[in-house]
Amino acid sequence: MNDTIVTEEISHRFATHTVLDHLSLKVREGEVFGLLGPSGAGKTTLIKILTGQLTQTDGQATLFGTDTRKLRQEEHAKIGAMMDNFGLYERLSAHDNLTFYAQIYQMPRHTIPDTTADILKRMGLYEARKTAVSGLSKGMKNRLSLARALMNHPRLLFLDEPTSGLDPVTTREIHAILREQKKKGTTIFLTTHNMFEAESLCDHVGLLSNGHLIEYGEPAEICRKYNHLNRLQITLKNNDTVSLPNDSTAAAPLAGYLEKEAISAIHSTEPTLESVFIELTGKGLD
Amino acid sequence: MKHAIAIFQKQLKDTVKNKAVLIQFIMFPIMTLIMNNAIQINELPENFFVLLFASMYIGMAPLTAISAIIAEEKEQNTLRVLLMSNVKPAAYLIGVGSYVWLSCLLGSTVICFAGSYTAKERFFFLLIMSVGILASLLLGAAIGTFSKTQMMATSLMVPTMIFFSFLPMLSLFNDTIAKVAKYTYSEQIRLALSGISDPQSSGEKTLILMANMLLFAGLFLAAYKKTLSADA
Repeated sequence: MNDTIVTEEISHRFATHTVLDHLSLKVREGEVFGLLGPSGAGKTTLIKILTGQLTQTDGQATLFGTDTRKLRQEEHAKIGAMMDNFGLYERLSAHDNLTFYAQIYQMPRHTIPDTTADILKRMGLYEARKTAVSGLSKGMKNRLSLARALMNHPRLLFLDEPTSGLDPVTTREIHAILREQKKKGTTIFLTTHNMFEAESLCDHVGLLSNGHLIEYGEPAEICRKYNHLNRLQITLKNNDTVSLPNDSTAAAPLAGYLEKEAISAIHSTEPTLESVFIELTGKGLD
Repeated sequence: MKHAIAIFQKQLKDTVKNKAVLIQFIMFPIMTLIMNNAIQINELPENFFVLLFASMYIGMAPLTAISAIIAEEKEQNTLRVLLMSNVKPAAYLIGVGSYVWLSCLLGSTVICFAGSYTAKERFFFLLIMSVGILASLLLGAAIGTFSKTQMMATSLMVPTMIFFSFLPMLSLFNDTIAKVAKYTYSEQIRLALSGISDPQSSGEKTLILMANMLLFAGLFLAAYKKTLSADA
């Protein structure tokens, strides 16, 4: 399988502040890659470099084998992007927003009405097609933003916090659309600080902290690697809670609680991407 | 070029629904028509209101409209999405700039036809106005690009607009102000429009206009560089 995105030791600095520091990663064709990190970790800067909006200070990045500093119309035509705060024209209708982008993507004029109608139907927005964006709910704006990103049938989709601030129902709908896109072979590069999103959608994830890629791999593999975080959470009948490592060292204290019939509930807490991130950086993803 | 045309068409649709920008284009032409017809004082020079409002229009409408459009696109994140879709900054500026330029030229045509001019004078009137609109566009683009939000654009644009649009009017009544105002493009436009019946190329006029435009282009480039380096 080819690599759609390759970054080799890329760094980016704004004045004296280093936003990305010698970051190397590969995203294979057709996979969903999630970049996890808190706000300010450098996620959006990386997307800007990969889409050719920003030139990195050092290192090299390629998209479809082309240096991101030299992207041509040919490469741009294969990319779709959905940014965290929509980037939609509020006074224009949903239909007019998509029609405008169809022109920007230089789609043949006669195909624009059908393509626009199809994608609005697919996103459940056809009934609201004439409504100005300012009159749409946040979930609808999110789906419209995704519709715009899919207008040109991209082979690579950049999604910056695609479900940030959305209700669970809309989040599920967005995830279903993304799974559908993955089945079609679209490579998806998403940034998120939602660990559940990363675990359920991504083939590979990278954990980004202060511009450093501190961990990279399959979500399950990363969690296995940090299995020492797997603990037993014991709730006692007097409402106290006790945390023990989930290994043989817990046998003796556990037997003691059992003999005293003091246990109200036992849960095992497997490592999650969030707990791994906290272990590595000392802070959470939010 | 296709991107610039698409942006021009989008802007056309958007402005119809954007009263704040729309009013900039039509306020002065309407005021010129009203004042020119409603106030008839014999002592006033010919085309007094036309010349007054034309130079104010140059200092206000293009500057306000383009800075508001660019600042809004930055604040709403639509500009970033456009650039991600391979729209070059130059194509964006041509699309938006040509839209504002044409709209203002249309407004200038209304102002021009409110005055008593021959066909030749009207041609020179619109030619001078089109140069003035261009200078104003460069300054407005610099303000819009420099500003992170519409609020910031407004706070920068209002004093700039007042300075360039009121200076030509104040220079009519005060010689000291006239000495300062002479170095601004809006005053040079007013002077050029005043001498339209006998158009003569003046090296000083051209030099001041060129210097103003170069300064505004430099400000725009500095604002663009600052935006690139500050945009994490």
